[in-house]
Amino acid sequence: METVYLLIPLVCLAAAVLVGLAGQWLGRRAAHSITIGAVAMAFVLSVVVAVEVAGGQRFDGSVYIWAVSDGIQFEIGFLIDQLSAVMMVVVTFVSLMVHVYTIGYMHDDPGYTRFFSYISLFTFAMLMLVMSNNFLQLFFGWEAVGLLSYLLIGFWFERESANFASLKAFLVNRVGDLGFLLGIAAILYVFGSLDYAAVFASAPQHATETMTGILGSQWRWLTIICLLLFVGAMGKSAQVPLHVWLPDSMEGPTPISALIHAATMVTAGIFMVARMSPLFELSQTALSVVLIIGAVTTISMALIALVQNDIKRVVAYSTLSQLGYMTVALGASAYSIAIFHLATHAFFKALLFLAAGSVIIALHHEQDMRRMGALWKRMPVTYLTALIGTLALVGIPPFAGFFSKDAIIEAVALSHTPGAKFAYVVVVAGVFVTALYSFRLIFMVFHGPSRLSEDNRKHARESPWVVTVPLILLAIPSVLAGLVLVGPTLSGHLFGESVMPIDGHGINGYGATDMLVHAWVSLPLWLAIAGIAVAWILYLRSPHAASRIANRFRLLHEILIRKYGVDELYERVFADGGQALGRTLWKFGDRLIIDDTLVNGTAKLVGRLSGVVRSLQTGYVYHYAFAMIIGLVALMSWFLWT
Amino acid sequence: MRLSDLQIWTITPEIIVAIMACAILMIDVAMPERARKTIGFGLTVSTLLLAAIAVVVGQDAGYTIGLYGLVVQDRVSDIAKLGICLITAVALVYGRSYTEERNLLRGEFLALALFGTVGMMVMVSANHLITLYIGLELFSLCLYALIALHRDSAEATEAAMKYFVLGALASGILLYAMSLLYGLTGTLELAGIRQSVSGFSADDLPLAVALILVIVGLLFKLGAVPFHMWVPDVYAGSPTSVTAYLASAPKIAAFVIILRLLAISLEPLLEVWQDMLIAVALLSIGFGNLVAIAQRNMKRMLAYSTISHMGFFLLGILSGDSVGYSAAMLYAVIHAVVSLGVFGCILHFSGEGFEADQLDDYRGLSKTDPWLAFLMLLFMLSLAGVPPTVGFYAKLSVFQAVIGAGLLWVAVPAALFVVVGAFYYLRVVKLMYFDEPVAKTPVRSSAAPLESRALLTVNGLLIIGIMPWIGVIAEACRNAILLVGS
Amino acid sequence: MIPLSHYLVLGAILFSIGVVGIFLNRKNLVVLLMAIELLLLAANMNFIAFSHYLGDLAGQVFVFFILTVAAAESAIGLAILIVVFRSRRTINVQDLDRLQG
Repeated sequence: METVYLLIPLVCLAAAVLVGLAGQWLGRRAAHSITIGAVAMAFVLSVVVAVEVAGGQRFDGSVYIWAVSDGIQFEIGFLIDQLSAVMMVVVTFVSLMVHVYTIGYMHDDPGYTRFFSYISLFTFAMLMLVMSNNFLQLFFGWEAVGLLSYLLIGFWFERESANFASLKAFLVNRVGDLGFLLGIAAILYVFGSLDYAAVFASAPQHATETMTGILGSQWRWLTIICLLLFVGAMGKSAQVPLHVWLPDSMEGPTPISALIHAATMVTAGIFMVARMSPLFELSQTALSVVLIIGAVTTISMALIALVQNDIKRVVAYSTLSQLGYMTVALGASAYSIAIFHLATHAFFKALLFLAAGSVIIALHHEQDMRRMGALWKRMPVTYLTALIGTLALVGIPPFAGFFSKDAIIEAVALSHTPGAKFAYVVVVAGVFVTALYSFRLIFMVFHGPSRLSEDNRKHARESPWVVTVPLILLAIPSVLAGLVLVGPTLSGHLFGESVMPIDGHGINGYGATDMLVHAWVSLPLWLAIAGIAVAWILYLRSPHAASRIANRFRLLHEILIRKYGVDELYERVFADGGQALGRTLWKFGDRLIIDDTLVNGTAKLVGRLSGVVRSLQTGYVYHYAFAMIIGLVALMSWFLWT
Repeated sequence: MRLSDLQIWTITPEIIVAIMACAILMIDVAMPERARKTIGFGLTVSTLLLAAIAVVVGQDAGYTIGLYGLVVQDRVSDIAKLGICLITAVALVYGRSYTEERNLLRGEFLALALFGTVGMMVMVSANHLITLYIGLELFSLCLYALIALHRDSAEATEAAMKYFVLGALASGILLYAMSLLYGLTGTLELAGIRQSVSGFSADDLPLAVALILVIVGLLFKLGAVPFHMWVPDVYAGSPTSVTAYLASAPKIAAFVIILRLLAISLEPLLEVWQDMLIAVALLSIGFGNLVAIAQRNMKRMLAYSTISHMGFFLLGILSGDSVGYSAAMLYAVIHAVVSLGVFGCILHFSGEGFEADQLDDYRGLSKTDPWLAFLMLLFMLSLAGVPPTVGFYAKLSVFQAVIGAGLLWVAVPAALFVVVGAFYYLRVVKLMYFDEPVAKTPVRSSAAPLESRALLTVNGLLIIGIMPWIGVIAEACRNAILLVGS
Repeated sequence: MIPLSHYLVLGAILFSIGVVGIFLNRKNLVVLLMAIELLLLAANMNFIAFSHYLGDLAGQVFVFFILTVAAAESAIGLAILIVVFRSRRTINVQDLDRLQG
C-alpha cells in the first residue's frame, strides 16, 4: 500500500511538472488529458485507500528522512487514517470535477496549459498537507497551497485588481502563517519532536507545564501552542479578523474559487485543528477562543452576504459563514462533525461556485446579479443543480447540509465550552440569514423578470457538457453525502481514533432517520423555511420592499456594504503605516548606513584587496614551487615553535 | 597460501576498467576511422557503467582486506568507487561534443580517462602505502597526458607542464614522507602504521617531519593554500572536458586517501595536524574566495572557488571525529556533483572555436538559452550555499561538525567568507539574467546531443535540496564512516 | 658497517638538492625533470636503507615500484616537454607564463 500512498500525490506532481514545463509543446488537448488522467488516477486510488481504511487499515510511517539536525529528524511521511482518507477522497473528487469543468470555463484563455499545471500542482500540495504525519510536511503543504492560491488568484496577472487581490491574500496569510510557524516552533521546543504520534502521545504529560510571560503571569504551554496554531488556521480558513482576503480572491478564475477558496484550501485550517484535536482537547481556553471566533465569523459574514450584488461574492461570503460553522463545531469539541460539515460543504459549495461560473460564462463574464434574472428556462441544468446546492446549503432535509449543520447546532447546544450559549444563539440565527441570502441569489439570478443586457438576451444559453457534467456529478453527493455519512459520523465509526471522539455530547448514536424526524419539531428547520419565505417576499413578490428596508436602516446597510470597515482600517494602519515606516528606514538605515558604508564600502575594499592578492599568482612555475616550499617550512617551524 | 585467500573480488571494478582500457586502445587501432568515435566512446561509457554495477553487486557491508593486505573494501570504498565511476561517465558524456570538435576524441583520450579512473579507484581501495602510491601516480600521470593531449594549444601544454612539475614535486614529498613513516613504524600497511604510531609521543621530531610531509603531499592533491598554485592554471589551461573530469570525481578519491592516511592512520597525532589544517583551511577559504572576485575567466574563477571549497572540506576533516569525517565525505560528493554540473553547462555552451570561458560570454544567457541559464543558476546557488540547494546542506553539515568539535572561532571567519563568495557566484547570475546578450550570438546548447542534455537536467534537479537523495547520501556517508571508525 | 644515519643524511641531501633544483632553476625544463628524478632517488635511498636495517623486504619491493613509476614519469615528462617545445619553440622555464593571475 505504501507505493499507492506515494503514488497519489506524485502522479499529480508529475502531471503538473510535465504540463508546466512542456505545456506549449504538448498543446491544449494533451495538457488537459494528462492532468485530468493524473487526478482521476489519484481519485481512484484515494477511494481504494479509503476502502482499505474503512476495513481497519492504518498507516503511519516515514517515506524518507530529509535531514537530521541536532537529533531532530525532518522526514517526509504519511499518516493514513480515517481523517486523511476522507480528506483525500474529498480533495481528489472536487479537484477532478474542477479539472473537467475547466476545459469549458477556460476554453479560450491563453493561459490554458499553465492553469492546468497550477491546479494539478495545487492538488499535489493539498494531498501532501492532508496525508502528512509530521508538522514539517504539514507546513510544507500549508505554504505550498498558499503559494498556489496566490498564483491562481493572480492568474490574470494583467489585471490590476487581480494583482492586488493576490498580494492581499498572500500578505494576510503571512500573518496567519507566522502564528502557525511559531506554534510549530513551540511544539518543537516543548515536545522535542515534529512527529504527530510522538507529540500526541506525550501531550498529556506536558499539559500542566507553564511559561512565565510578561509581569510574571503564568501561561500554559499547551494553550499557547493551540492559540498559535489556531492563528494559522484563522489565516488559511479566513476567520475574522483575517478574513479580508477571501472575498477579494474571487478575482481568480471561477474554477479556482470552487476548488481552492471553497472546497479544499480554506478548509485546511479546519482540518489542521481537527488533526490537532488531542492538543486542543487539553486547553479549554483555546477551545473557547475557537468557538467565539467561529461564531463571530458565522454571523457577521452571513450578514454581509445579504447586501452583495456580485454573484461570486455572495457565494464567497457564504463560504466564510460556513467556515465559521465548522470552526464553531471545532470549538465545541465536535471535531468529527466539523470534518463532516467540511466534506458536505466541499461538495455543495463547489457545486454552487461551478454553477455560478456556468452562469457567468453564459452571460459573457457578467457577474452582477442585478443584470440577471429568469435564467431558469435558458439554463435548466445549471438552475436545477444550483437549486440542489442551495437547498443543501440552507439545510433542508434530506440534503447533505441539513445533517451536518443540524449536528453542529446540536453539538453546540450540548457543549460546555465557555461561550457556548452565545455560539448557540448565533448558529441558530445564522440558519435564517443563510436561507435569506441563498434564496435571494436563486431568485435574483434564475427567477423574476429578466434584466439581461441586449447582447446576453440573444446569446445566453446552457453551458456545454464539460461544464454541466461536473455540476451533475457534484449534485449527487450534495444530496446523498449527508444521508449516508451522518450515521457513521455520529456513532464515531467514520473517524474512529483519528480525531478525538465526541463523547459526552448526547448526540452519539443518532441516525439519519432520527434526525429527519426530529428536524420537524426543532427550531432551525423552521427558521430556514422562514428565511426562504422572506426572501420570496422581498425579491419576488414585492421587489421594492428590499430597497425600502435598506433605506429605512440606512446606517446598518451602509455598515454592511462597507463590510464593517475592516478593509479600510487595515489599509490605513498596516499598509500606509508600513509604507511610511519602510520609507524612513530605507532613507536613513538602508541607503546611508548599510548601502553606502557597509555594503558598497566593504565590496570596494574586498575588490581592491582581491586585485592585489591576485598578483601573487605570477605564472612562473618556480614561484609556485617556492610557495609550496614556504608552506612546508612554515608548517615545520610552527611545529617546532609550539 | 591458496588462491581464495587473495580475495580478488575486492578489486573487480578496477580489473574491469583496466582490462577494458587496454581493449579500447587495441580496438581503436583496428577500427576504421569513422566507426572509432562512436564505438570507442560507447565502450568507454559502458565500461564505467559496468564497473558501477560491479560495485553495487559486489558491495560489502563489512570490512574485507584483499590481496594480502594491499587493498581494502568497505562502505567508504564502495560509495567512493560508485561515485567515481558514475561521475566520470557523466563527465565524459558532457564533454563528448566538445572533445570531438577539437579532434581529441581518440582512443588515447578514452584509454587515458579510463586508466585515470582505475588510478582513482586503486587510491580509494588502498590499504597499503604501495597501493596508495601506485594509484596516485597512475591517476596523476594519466591526467598530465590528458591535458597535454590538446597539443596545438599553448595554454594546454603549459598547464600540463606546470601540473607535471608541481605534481611530481608533491609526489616526491609524499614518497619521502612514506619512506620516513616506513622507517619509523617498520610497516607499510595503514593499519600497522596506526598501531605503531600510537606508541609514539606527539612531539617526536622525525615522526612530525614525516607527518608534515604527508600533509603537504595530500594538501597539494586537494589544492589547498599554499599548495594551490597549480589549480587555476590547470583548470583554465586544460580543455574544458578534461577540466570537468579533474574537477569532479578526483575530489572523492582525495577525500578517501586523506581519510585513510591522515584521519585514521595518523589519528593519534590529531592534536599536531589539527592546528595546521585549521590554518590551511582558513587560508584556502579566504584566499580562494578573495581572488575569485578579480577573475574574468569563468574556468579560473571556478578554480579559485574550488580552492575555497577545499577549505570547507578540510573543516570537516579537521573536526577529527566521525561527524566531521562524514560531513567531509558528504561535502566531497556534493562538490563533485555540483562541479560536474557547472562544467557540464560550460561544455554545453561552448562550440567550435568558442570556449565559453569568459564571464562576458554569459551576458544575457537567460534570453538566448533560458534552459541552460536556469541550470547554471541552480549550480551557482549551490556553490554559494544558498538554502534550497544541496550546497547549503554540505556547508551546514561541515559547520555543524566544526562547531561540534568546539571550534566555533574557526567557523565564524569561514562563514564570513561564504558571504564574500556569494558575490562572484551571484555575479554570474546577474550577467545571465540582467544583462543584455552580447552582439555575436554563440552556439546554442540545443545543438548538444539529447542524452547529454537530459543528463544535465537530471544533474540540475539533483541540486535542489528537497530531493530524497541528499538524505540517502548523508545517511550512507554517516554509516560508512562509523564502520571505518570502529 | 655504515650506520643507518649516514644513508638517511645522504637521502636528505639528495631530496634537498631535488627540491632546490626545482625552484632555483629558471632556465631549462630538462633540469626540472632531472631534479624530479633526484627526489624519487632520495626516497629510494631511504627505503632501501630502512629495509635493510629493519630486515623487512617490503621496502625493497616498494623501490621496484618507484623505479617503474619514475620511468613512466620521465617518459610523460619528456613527452610534455616535446609538445611544449613544438608549440612554443622554447623550453625556457621563464617563458611559461601565459597562464597567470
